[in-house]
Amino acid sequence: MMDDEQLICAALKGRLGAFGLDVRFRTPMRGVTGVFGPSGCGKTTILRCLAGLQRIPGQLSIGGEVWQDDTEGVFRAPHRREVGYVFQEPSLFPHLSVRDNLLYGARRAASRGVTQQIREDEIVALLGIGDLLTRGPQVLSGGERQRVAVGRALLSQPRLLLMDEPLSALDRNAKQEILPYFEALHAHLSIPVIYVSHDFGELQRLADTLILIDDGRVTASGSLEALQANPDLPLLHAPDAAVTIDGEITALDSSYALTTVAIAGGRLVLPGILGEAGERRRVQIKASGVSLSLSPPASTTVLNNLPFRVVSITPHHKDPSQVSIIGAVGEDGRGARIIARITRKSQETLGLAPGVSAFAQIETTSLAASPIAQTD
Amino acid sequence: MLEYAELWAPIRLTLELATITTVLLLLIGTPIAWWLARSKAWWKEAVATLVAMPLVLPPTVLGFYLLIALGPDGPGGWVAGLFGGRSLAFTFEGLVIGSVFYSMPFVVQPIRNAFEALGDRALEVAATLRASPWDRFWSVALPLARPGLLTGAVLGFAHTIGEFGVVLMIGGNIPGETKVLSVAIYEYAETLQWTKAHILAGGMVLFSFTVVLAMMLIEKRMARSGE
Repeated sequence: MMDDEQLICAALKGRLGAFGLDVRFRTPMRGVTGVFGPSGCGKTTILRCLAGLQRIPGQLSIGGEVWQDDTEGVFRAPHRREVGYVFQEPSLFPHLSVRDNLLYGARRAASRGVTQQIREDEIVALLGIGDLLTRGPQVLSGGERQRVAVGRALLSQPRLLLMDEPLSALDRNAKQEILPYFEALHAHLSIPVIYVSHDFGELQRLADTLILIDDGRVTASGSLEALQANPDLPLLHAPDAAVTIDGEITALDSSYALTTVAIAGGRLVLPGILGEAGERRRVQIKASGVSLSLSPPASTTVLNNLPFRVVSITPHHKDPSQVSIIGAVGEDGRGARIIARITRKSQETLGLAPGVSAFAQIETTSLAASPIAQTD
Repeated sequence: MLEYAELWAPIRLTLELATITTVLLLLIGTPIAWWLARSKAWWKEAVATLVAMPLVLPPTVLGFYLLIALGPDGPGGWVAGLFGGRSLAFTFEGLVIGSVFYSMPFVVQPIRNAFEALGDRALEVAATLRASPWDRFWSVALPLARPGLLTGAVLGFAHTIGEFGVVLMIGGNIPGETKVLSVAIYEYAETLQWTKAHILAGGMVLFSFTVVLAMMLIEKRMARSGE
């Protein structure tokens, strides 16, 4: 068990109008913790309480520092909490230029004697906002504004970054444009992030740890990998159900533009040149892109073919034609766990049951890789 | 031309009165407007109503009570006593006090509206960027409320210049001390000095038109740049 120095601990219980919140969680002071749940389940309230913008009775401690403890009457005002907060809509100060927006928190942190661990030039480069600095926020696109808002929060040198659905106010293109920047931040900065979203796809790309919230309560929490492949959780039934696996680039095929990534129990071939040999990547495998066969296919267009041992079979909670099969890859059936979404008919025809060995064919189009978080 | 030189005294006095009153009102009115915009106290609307009273009260009623308050037996007389005087009524200082009350709603209301239009978000953002409440007020609330402050200042200034009833009640018509523009115009008209009345009245029309037009143009520009 980690001690409190390395944990974000929260226990909040109270009412807010007609809404009741009763949450309790501990999550590591590193990487991205995704808070996932339907709209109106209390996710944003949790973030607001962490920032001190709202008060619900309970305790909050961040890396051993107590920010709220109502048994002791402790409540730290928001401006005394070292948080960066990225709001749902990019809330830049309209009366300040992009650069002055960026430096608003930085200057105040510096005047309090906080050491500048996150540098302006580094943030400007990571977020690609160098050309915007002298402009006013009015002329920026939604995606650009949100990138500036993220940079502004980070430059206030927070110990914890809170992000409240930072992409939900953006259109699809802006989302796709901004996600790589978030991944780059994730990979380069060691600051812990709590990322609230109702979009599971977003969290699958960014989160290391997940907290699932429903109706003001924590329904499950743990590592992304463990929760994704947990047959008892509703995540398995989501249309974009997937698993996320850490891997290392082992080979690059420049003539076909393919990258080989080693994961526990096998190798995957991904489209594109994704980096250099030896670099680590997190690979996402969509359940809908995995099919199963009992013998290795003789000739196929599918590049990825891994031994697979069935661990569990879960019928879809709504669609009776579908099942989700969780299995472990590798000859010994002990490698990384992946999910295959197939028809119930195929499952019964092939006699797939827990313990049965098979082969998993994974379409390259259902694979995505993102940079991996810096661990220190 | 010499006979028109006397017109300068009331003009200068009026501008002095309006400038001092506007500065005082910005200093007093802004915190009141902030409190009215942000407070959750149930009785704040009662305070707002008090501030707004001069809008509906006849100036003579306001002037009557101010006269009593400023006179020898009121708090004004007591304050005057500290400086060796007997009363604040019929003095320039008394006029300033009266104008502050009289023009207060014209300054407080637009500033309050501007503070309310800010909403919570910008201030919350500033709080999470380590700005203390005092810092948030100066670095976010005031700059964003600029159009409201400008409107308040202009309305307060213009309204003080046009003040008549209250001045007559508490200031009288002492040249160089309380004889402001509106009173001077009244006097010239009464004594049939039409040319002088024309010059002052026409000047007021021109002045008011220019002020209101300038304010509208500036507000429009600010609104555009603040989008």
